[in-house]
Amino acid sequence: MATGTSHPTPRLYWTIALILGVLTAIEVTIPQISALDVIKVPALLLFGAAKFLIVVGFFMHLKFEKSLYQSLFFTGAIGVLPIFIVVLLTFRAL
Amino acid sequence: MSAPAAAVPSAEHHDADHHDVHQLRKTAMWVFLGSECIFFGAMISTFLLYRTSTNGAPGAEIFNIAFTSASSFVLLMSSLTMVMAHHSFERRDLRQTRVWLAATALLGSTFLAGQIFEFTEFVDEGLTAQVSPFGSSFYMLTSFHGGHVAIGVMLLAAMFILALNGRLYADRGLNVELVGLYWHFVDIVWIVIFTVVYLLQV
Repeated sequence: MATGTSHPTPRLYWTIALILGVLTAIEVTIPQISALDVIKVPALLLFGAAKFLIVVGFFMHLKFEKSLYQSLFFTGAIGVLPIFIVVLLTFRAL
Repeated sequence: MSAPAAAVPSAEHHDADHHDVHQLRKTAMWVFLGSECIFFGAMISTFLLYRTSTNGAPGAEIFNIAFTSASSFVLLMSSLTMVMAHHSFERRDLRQTRVWLAATALLGSTFLAGQIFEFTEFVDEGLTAQVSPFGSSFYMLTSFHGGHVAIGVMLLAAMFILALNGRLYADRGLNVELVGLYWHFVDIVWIVIFTVVYLLQV
């Protein structure tokens, strides 16, 4: 959805969809294996973040967009993290 | 001479400020999506605050992860069909655009149907919005997301009807792009909800 830049091909889109499907399958499997309890939280957050960035970067084409659009979006997407932390710390839920 | 039936037609007149308007609308869309991140982030924070406040009513243990995983997969694949719709539109292939738009709307509707089914199951098991802070925050978050999906399905249906009537003009491709951005955003919000609200709570 960028202008003036080369777009990914349908083949790449299908490959990305396959990767997203595999990541989701791994995500769903992790909580079922008790031996992975130690790494469950970081692993799930990592896989979730990876899926988020893949969709934003390739399907939303933000990887190929102007830095203005990237800044506008990531101001919100990254700006929400302090909100999480402040809210959870304020109410002693972290 | 009329354009071929499957080719994206062009509008008859152009605005001199078309490019500026294009940039402005696209910038506005990204501002909107950035602000929506904060909006959903606030609701996810609220859910995390109350995730253990069940007041003896059912909590996360009643989540059906297998079912929600299937729903998540459906929504993820709708992002693929949406990007294919946009790609087809850019190639001026109206027939393929129609097919992919319809597929996206169908997958979005399937996700919504799954969410309604899931809610009725939860209510049957005693998890309502009034019964506990957990229930309130869970339904508030997932319902707002579902509302966004429903709006997306309506936008896709409108695009499909325009394409069907040959009124999806080539120089108005931004409309397809903006609907696509909105749809992918709905998908990424669900990626976060699925991880934080469902998988991390079981």
